[in-house]
Amino acid sequence: MIINHPHLGPRDASEFTILGDASLINRPDWQAGDADDAFYNYQYLRDNPAGLHRELWFHEQGDRSWLVVTRDTVTHAVIAVALASDVAKAVKAKTAQKTATKKVAAKKTATKRTAAKKTPAKKTATKGNAT
Amino acid sequence: MSTASLSQKNRITGGLVDRDQPLGFRFDGQHYTGFAGDTLASALLANNVRLVGRSFKYHRPRGILTAGSEEPNALVTIGNGAHQDPNSRATTAQLFDGMSAKSQTKMGLLSFDLMAVNDFLSPLLGAGFYYKTFMWPAAFWEKIYEPIIRKAAGLGSLSGLADPDQYDKGYLHCDLLVIGSGPSGLMAALAAAKSGLQIILADEDFCLGGRLNAERQEIDGMESATFAESFLAQLAAMDNVRIMSKTTIFGAFDHGCYGALERVNEHNANGSIRQIFWHIRSQRCVLAAGATERPIAFSNNDRPGVMLAGAVRTYVNRFGVAPGKRVAIFTNNDDGWATAQDLHAAGVEVTAIIDSRTDIAKTPPTGVPTVLGGQIVNTTGRLGLRSVTLNNGIHIPADCLAVSGGWSPTVHLTCHQRGRPVWNVAIAGFVPGGNLPDGMIVTGAANGVMTLASCLKSGLKAGQQVVQDLGFKPAAIKQPRAVDESFAIQPFWHVKGSDKKAFVDFQNDVGVKDIKQSHREGFRSVEHLKRYTTLGMATDQGKIANVAGLAILADISGKTIAETGTTIFRPPYTPVPIAAFAGRSRGKDFRPTRLTPSHKWANAEGAVFVETGAWLRAQWYPKTGETEWRQSVDREVLATRASVGICDVTTLGKIDIQGRDAAAFLNHVYANGFAKLPIGKTRYGLMLREDGMVMDDGTTARLGETHYVMTTTTANAVGVFRHLEFCRQCLWPELDVQLISITEQYAQYAVAGPNARRLLEKLLDPGEDISNEAFPFMACREISICGGVKARLFRISFSGELAFEIAVPSRYGDAMIRALMTAGEEFGVAPYGTEALGVMRIEKGHVAGNELNGQTTARQMGLGRMVSQSKDSIGLVLSRRPELVRDDDYELIGLKPVNSDQPLIAGSHFIGIGAGTVAENDEGWVTSIAYSPHLKSAIGLGYIRRGNSRHGDIVRAVNLLGGQDIKVELCSPHFIDPEGTRLHG
Amino acid sequence: MRYSIWTLINQALTGNRNWTPVWREPEPKIHYDIVIVGGGGHGLATAFYLASRYGMKNIAVLEKGWIGSGNIGRNTTIVRSNYLLDGNEPFYEQSLQLWEGLEQDINYNAMMSQRGIINLYHSDAQRDSYVRRGNAMRLHGADAELLNQDQLRSLCPFLDYENARFPIMGGLLQKRAGTARHDAVAWGYARAADQRGVDIIQNCDVTDFLIKDGVCTGVETSKGTIRAGKIGVAVAGSTSRVMAKAGLRLPIESHVLQAFVTEGLKPVIPGVITFGAGHFYISQSDKGGLVFGGDIDGYNSYAQRGNLPVFEDVCEGGMAIMPMIGRARMLRNWGGIMDMSMDGSPIIDKTPIDHLYLNAGWCYGGFKATPASGLCFAHLLARDEPHKVATKLRLDRFRRGAMLDERGAGAQPNLH
Repeated sequence: MIINHPHLGPRDASEFTILGDASLINRPDWQAGDADDAFYNYQYLRDNPAGLHRELWFHEQGDRSWLVVTRDTVTHAVIAVALASDVAKAVKAKTAQKTATKKVAAKKTATKRTAAKKTPAKKTATKGNAT
Repeated sequence: MSTASLSQKNRITGGLVDRDQPLGFRFDGQHYTGFAGDTLASALLANNVRLVGRSFKYHRPRGILTAGSEEPNALVTIGNGAHQDPNSRATTAQLFDGMSAKSQTKMGLLSFDLMAVNDFLSPLLGAGFYYKTFMWPAAFWEKIYEPIIRKAAGLGSLSGLADPDQYDKGYLHCDLLVIGSGPSGLMAALAAAKSGLQIILADEDFCLGGRLNAERQEIDGMESATFAESFLAQLAAMDNVRIMSKTTIFGAFDHGCYGALERVNEHNANGSIRQIFWHIRSQRCVLAAGATERPIAFSNNDRPGVMLAGAVRTYVNRFGVAPGKRVAIFTNNDDGWATAQDLHAAGVEVTAIIDSRTDIAKTPPTGVPTVLGGQIVNTTGRLGLRSVTLNNGIHIPADCLAVSGGWSPTVHLTCHQRGRPVWNVAIAGFVPGGNLPDGMIVTGAANGVMTLASCLKSGLKAGQQVVQDLGFKPAAIKQPRAVDESFAIQPFWHVKGSDKKAFVDFQNDVGVKDIKQSHREGFRSVEHLKRYTTLGMATDQGKIANVAGLAILADISGKTIAETGTTIFRPPYTPVPIAAFAGRSRGKDFRPTRLTPSHKWANAEGAVFVETGAWLRAQWYPKTGETEWRQSVDREVLATRASVGICDVTTLGKIDIQGRDAAAFLNHVYANGFAKLPIGKTRYGLMLREDGMVMDDGTTARLGETHYVMTTTTANAVGVFRHLEFCRQCLWPELDVQLISITEQYAQYAVAGPNARRLLEKLLDPGEDISNEAFPFMACREISICGGVKARLFRISFSGELAFEIAVPSRYGDAMIRALMTAGEEFGVAPYGTEALGVMRIEKGHVAGNELNGQTTARQMGLGRMVSQSKDSIGLVLSRRPELVRDDDYELIGLKPVNSDQPLIAGSHFIGIGAGTVAENDEGWVTSIAYSPHLKSAIGLGYIRRGNSRHGDIVRAVNLLGGQDIKVELCSPHFIDPEGTRLHG
Repeated sequence: MRYSIWTLINQALTGNRNWTPVWREPEPKIHYDIVIVGGGGHGLATAFYLASRYGMKNIAVLEKGWIGSGNIGRNTTIVRSNYLLDGNEPFYEQSLQLWEGLEQDINYNAMMSQRGIINLYHSDAQRDSYVRRGNAMRLHGADAELLNQDQLRSLCPFLDYENARFPIMGGLLQKRAGTARHDAVAWGYARAADQRGVDIIQNCDVTDFLIKDGVCTGVETSKGTIRAGKIGVAVAGSTSRVMAKAGLRLPIESHVLQAFVTEGLKPVIPGVITFGAGHFYISQSDKGGLVFGGDIDGYNSYAQRGNLPVFEDVCEGGMAIMPMIGRARMLRNWGGIMDMSMDGSPIIDKTPIDHLYLNAGWCYGGFKATPASGLCFAHLLARDEPHKVATKLRLDRFRRGAMLDERGAGAQPNLH
């Protein structure tokens, strides 16, 4: 396979080491009330789709970038490649923004806390998919 | 005519062989002569050798069926000794002087094979017979039945000796890869080459031109072979064309990667390069692989002398060999008639054209009888064809029968990814379907274009299309003049009622009856048919048999061939030797060897080395008079603990960490606190995986405000670095921190023992103070030594002694070890290897690989309290899962044999005194053992349930594999200096 | 029809015209007591044991293609019970014992061939870990022997003792291990299950689960709705895909494992041999082909095919320890979809949905497990409690921290 590295152009896949699902970028909050569940989900559960899959590749024999490769697990076609650090920064920015809005919202309606709690892990993963 | 020709009974005129270059060869011990340009098969045929092998199951006599790599019968062993090459296709093996070949699959003589009794037992040995018997009595399978089956199975033999030839690997890149050098491949290549593309033209044959060399056709007024030659010369003269003969493109892989095998010197390499395995990366590919002819099934359709019609033409036209004196032809298409023409033109008698079709109007060559609507129902001649019998009862004499059941396009590479071929009624064959590999275009016969002028045209079009696709300007190319030969086929797969010994897959002896039986027994999917009967599983992978097989299955099931479908084509297209894929990565070159900077010195000292991962490390340094490794190791340990020892620890992973947020970063990746490590201090760090298990341990030193150096274990150096980059880039990208591996940039030595400081002080530059006050335990800093060399000094200890580790740039590594040894002379310094290192760390109770094996927790190692609960570190949350904090968990302990004379065995399990030696009583295991020269006893470390509360208990250490069952006393893992006074000295 | 040499002779004398179908081709009923999704080795074995040992009737196996078309149709056929961990070893030893009596159990010759497996060791530390493992095996009643280099030489004189980059020091031998004919296992179980009334329904794709209030009551299929008392899913590489229809996310990733076979050769490799310092294992089939493989490609894949780096890595491993195979030609390569679990060990358990049961996570070790997997899954389906050798193969073990990580590689499926 060929991975089109954002900095280095097309590189042979054998230069890389593969970690797995790019949702590993979305590491949960260790202090959250549901941290045990969240970390279990984060570490062990996988969508494992037959189709587009965002995954982490490490350019070990190259520039040591971690990349988020969007690849079709049925055809092996590579759809997109991005620097993982860019993806991670974007995810963090969004999470921060959300937390901020939630805090505002929470202040406004102090009673409705439960719904907001549910979202973090899975939702951010989906958002990340779009980038 | 030369004498060489005279001895070749079947050699006729013409062809691309060089009659001035006779080549002597042997087959089954008999001497023969052929010519340069021959294959082994053509040379055997020239010498009228028709019987060349036996079939796999019934040991039926077999002859040469084809003239290509799809040959199922003529598999021979070429060469002797370590060069012996089993299962070589006589049909592709290029003849060389002195070639020695042997037939296979026989017991006794090829002409009198004792296993031929199977042929008479064949009703018993039908499809899947082995699944239904050999079950009683149960013990007999292993002892009697299976050994007999195994001995009978298999084709040729490996020599059992290491392959003596060399193999290379290479990478090639091009704009266009053209596979096949027949008419369409040549046209595609020229169109693209003239337009400026970088081209590779590959063909499996040693003589390029494909069917142009095998047919008598005319292009641009030239004979087709002459046309091919001039065309190839034109291509060869172009700088942007690489022509690769003897090169099979065997697989189409992801993203435009093709696997290629170049047979540089297949059977005569004599220790030089035999083959090269190429990765070819190409933007586009034109597949012009042609087509494969297939036989028709009828009783005894496998006798030596029965040959595919296209192969007959190849032998006549390309090799100047008549495969028989009197040739009959059996066909369901126009190809058979062309064969008659060519034979007639070459002066070979054609005894009949038998065409299964009725309503055709074709003119045979003068004097050749024709039988329309004819079918062959049987043949005679056990070791060589004598005659054929027709459905009308007539016998026709023939020593060669040319059979044409039509042609199957070579679609294999189109299916190596997701493609499935589709049935084309007009040519009665499968043609490429959708889902081709990226960038592939199929042309010529491979795409179902079966006639010459159309092939030339289709190749040109394919080449031009690639040129346009890649944004080049197509050069003007003249379409060569040629005519389309007549082409018509009426599918005819097997002669009904002529089922007995009517073979479809020749090598595996799968006949029409087997297919019928398979269907009768419910194996009705094509895959079930294949697996149950082994149809298509022979060395040709069904190239000859598959289409007829599924046509017959379709017929029985009352389905169309399209509904029946095909099995899956998988790489390699033709078999590739294992050695070719390995290339030069074998023997000592299997993997690179990493040497430490002291290696040269240690080697001169006579060190014994050991492989630790990719590294070679000194294991111990034997001195004159020491005959047992233990003597050396004990001496090294005692010398270190008594005075001073030196160990090369360069192999530990070393990672330079810098940045404003380096401390915060370390605090995340280590389970224990690192936020407040002062400058000039080193700290032991425990690293967990996110799943809470211990990943690695090491030390990290703070050299400056924003500068740290981490060490990892040797084994985990690569993995830890990768993990840290993951943490840095994917988890905490906002932190200002940079990492680089400096494992290879620094040589590092441990200097350990009571005289360690005194030794080092001799090398310090003026002004450097490493006294206990100025440089206490766990201190670190840059120092200047040996007259201005900048070194890094760490006061850390793995041995439990007063110890330092000194790191210098690798280029000083050799000088450093020599300087240390010289300085240490007065203290009787001993270099020590990994064994002594291991002894001392066990004496001190430090965990290493055997304890830290990815299955253990910090708690189990006795380091549970190091895991900070008050910060966000990798692994913290999951390390708190209930099963990882059990009260009855395994815990690290030390152990000694109750009887100190008894050795300990690592890997022994702990069983209670008096308890049964069964799994329920298994309490733990011994992880590491050593002989402690201080305690004069074997000692060990291990994990046992509730170990912390069991110091003083006596249990058994049982090794059932070695018959050891000894009593051991459990104790603290710290055998020496548990208070650590030596460290701080 | 019972199979024996007499059947063969009788058929031979009558022109082999009276063979009957090995299994029926029934249309699905509207209701079964138990429906097994997946007509691979594990699904068929489950059905067989349900019918033969647990006295269950009214069972169907639903297969989306042809039976045996998954990993049992393409694997390297190794059968062994040389595991380390308490949660695994009794299970695999149970499996090996079932293999040993399989032919008689199902009246079908699966050609179980106990020619042994040798795991080579190349360092002292590796030997120590094999001693630990061998003892664990022995304590669980399995057989294991440690071979030193001399003993190994007498069994395998062709290994490269002199020039190997990683010295070949000895091996861990399990004599009762070996190989079996993979397709025959599927067909034998299918035939035996069919004879006991199990409906094997091919070309029947499960498109959805019928779930109401947390209870699964059946499946939607390409052949219509099929209701069932209990539904057991055993679909290996398709596990995530199928279970997603029930709304479950699992600790599983699908990866491609490639394997290879050479042309037929006269006997040259005595049993199964595995390389301890690289990725390579090999055996020789009854037909004479060298059957070998190595590591997974490493990327998630449902493509049933891999790429060249693994060809090279595997062949390099082979040449590193036995350079005499250099001239053997690789005839065919194939790729299967492995349901790689997060700790490398399987799951046979209930799911959070009532009446829906899961058998998955076999990584690349599913073939050897076929009999025990079938038996334990049958036990679970029949009795609603885990079989005694499968008590640790639970779905919730990751949440509890009771991983069965034989390799100590952690929660990264492509390292197991």
